[in-house]
Amino acid sequence: MDRNDIESKMKELLVEELGLDEDKITMSATFEEDLEIDSLGVVELLMALEDNFGVQIPDEEAESLVTVGEAVDLVEKKLNA
Amino acid sequence: MSKVALVTGASRGIGRAIALRLASDGFAVGVNYASSSAKAEEVVAQIVASGGRAVAIKANVGDVNEVDDMFTTISEELGPVTVLVNNAGITDDGLVLRMSVDQWDRVITTNLRSVYLCTKAALRGMIRAKGGRIISVSSVSGVSGNPGQANYAASKAGIIGFTKSMAKEVGSRGITVNAVAPGFIATDMTDALGDEVIDAAAHQISLGRLGSPEEVASVVGYLASDEASYITGQTIVVDGGLAL
Repeated sequence: MDRNDIESKMKELLVEELGLDEDKITMSATFEEDLEIDSLGVVELLMALEDNFGVQIPDEEAESLVTVGEAVDLVEKKLNA
Repeated sequence: MSKVALVTGASRGIGRAIALRLASDGFAVGVNYASSSAKAEEVVAQIVASGGRAVAIKANVGDVNEVDDMFTTISEELGPVTVLVNNAGITDDGLVLRMSVDQWDRVITTNLRSVYLCTKAALRGMIRAKGGRIISVSSVSGVSGNPGQANYAASKAGIIGFTKSMAKEVGSRGITVNAVAPGFIATDMTDALGDEVIDAAAHQISLGRLGSPEEVASVVGYLASDEASYITGQTIVVDGGLAL
């Protein structure tokens, strides 16, 4: 799975799992301010990422995620690890 | 959406009455039990005989792996859990000065750790479904305290704090989290107290008698119903006016 696949899957999850507007989702969009995801929403996203990409994301790594792009980076790193 | 309820500790007493009640309200019911296999199968048979759907699931609800397996089983057999009733509970009474660490841990594990484990396992599906009901069985012991039951009372008070916290954590996803706190209810657990204690207790109860498991189950049935959609974080005392 290359970076483009991860990005499009990430967008799909944000739309389907969290009900976000697709137009708002850019790689530089921040979860809390731009996308207005609450803390439980972030947990929902993490669960969806773990289920869909088959990766494990520990809380300490999840806490540092601010933007959509950073989440893509993290998933990419995990998949290539 | 199909209505699926999981009731822990449902082979006997209050849990059994809750399982039967929810089945009569149209839920497919997972009847969890720890060791009373025959009694759990009787509950299932009774539900099936009345035209309902039910499955008995053996699991020690204090064990994370057994809890996860239980949720996998119920999901496969009946569908995702929409109502979780944390009912499983034990007593192991004694004055704290004579209470062993093992007595303390056993009661906290079965009564409180189980609530955390089962709620966590149920929430994943409920958050995905954007709705669900979690109802835990506390006790007036947890509200008022009871000498000789510090472990039990602590576990039951713990359920109340857990319930309030969870109500705040998941309310935005349409999930309600409540507790019921029964007083003296006629079950094996209160039978073990002996006639003398029960007679003395009845004098403290405004209604002058013990409650029946069905009288607790009806409150759980209400909390699980659409009628209770705006109630969350509450502990409803069902004790005939004991703790007034």
